[in-house]
Amino acid sequence: MKVVKRRYLAVSIDSGETVCSRDFMDAVWSSVSRLFGEYGASQAGLSLIDYNEARRLAIIRTGHKTLDMARTALASVTHIGKKPVGLHVLAVSGTIKALHKRLEQRPVS
Amino acid sequence: MKRVYADLHLCIDCDRIEQFSRVASKASKLGYTLIAVPFRKFSEEQIRQMREACDKAGVDFASRVDLRPHTSEELIHFLRKLRRRFEIIAVMCESKSVARQAAKDRRVDLLNFPQPDFRRGFFDAAEAELASNCLASLEVDVKPLLTLEGPARIRLLSSLRQEVATAREFHVPVVISSGVSDDMLMRRPKELAALASLFDLSGVHAHEAVSGNPAVIVKRNREKLGSKFVAPGIRIIRKGRKC
Repeated sequence: MKVVKRRYLAVSIDSGETVCSRDFMDAVWSSVSRLFGEYGASQAGLSLIDYNEARRLAIIRTGHKTLDMARTALASVTHIGKKPVGLHVLAVSGTIKALHKRLEQRPVS
Repeated sequence: MKRVYADLHLCIDCDRIEQFSRVASKASKLGYTLIAVPFRKFSEEQIRQMREACDKAGVDFASRVDLRPHTSEELIHFLRKLRRRFEIIAVMCESKSVARQAAKDRRVDLLNFPQPDFRRGFFDAAEAELASNCLASLEVDVKPLLTLEGPARIRLLSSLRQEVATAREFHVPVVISSGVSDDMLMRRPKELAALASLFDLSGVHAHEAVSGNPAVIVKRNREKLGSKFVAPGIRIIRKGRKC
């Protein structure tokens, strides 16, 4: 059986207002399908793992091969609903545990 | 050695120093180590204030001017007047004659082709050949990629893909800048590199376009603007009677 390598991305949501997880994922999916079409979106295998509304931090999962696709789609999100936002990938890792470790090691800004 | 990430085109109003300070600290947080802002007129005081703001934020600052000449004669006049004053000279090529003159002039650092009108694609093989013999790089602003949608973005991507392929064929360095005036549209260097994959510039080349290529331009020009520079390859080592 072919093992699918996964990548976990910690994404910070840069916005003056709070954004709910549903709106966040809708914006990400819409960005992926606008840039890469439905076929590309189906390959990306995006899913939301964790969402912290207060810290404005999301953890999403994608495939190892579609990491660049996910990064591009996240970078091209400029609005969630009518709120202007910027999504920034803080860290990428192969496991959730290592991702949390990386996030802890980041300098506090 | 740590990579230098640069955004050479932050379109901030130079008169609003508070806004600039905010953008500089955000750039630092996003991982940039070098930023440049285009000036409308030369002001040593303004440049000094901006350098101070950048020092506080922990980023390096380079002064830049965007030239929008209507004719090639006007471009030559601007270059004669401004080359020794700014670290980066970018030419917004809005006509073919200006684009050709800018590509063959060694005083020009960046060739920028305003994108919304895809018919005005002046960066063809002839332009790239001229640029490859000089020092000019092709600058690509990411802002229209973020703000445009639908057919306009499709046309933009198609024209960018063509321009970047031509640049690579003739070994013209590509520089990716944000070109944004709103700090919400600022993206991390790796995200700019990821966006470059949309026009087939990926991997090492995309990273060079946000780090190596812009850093080389600034380093070369700082050396030239320094008091010890005489000509390419010649600089003053020592002065005085003991020489």
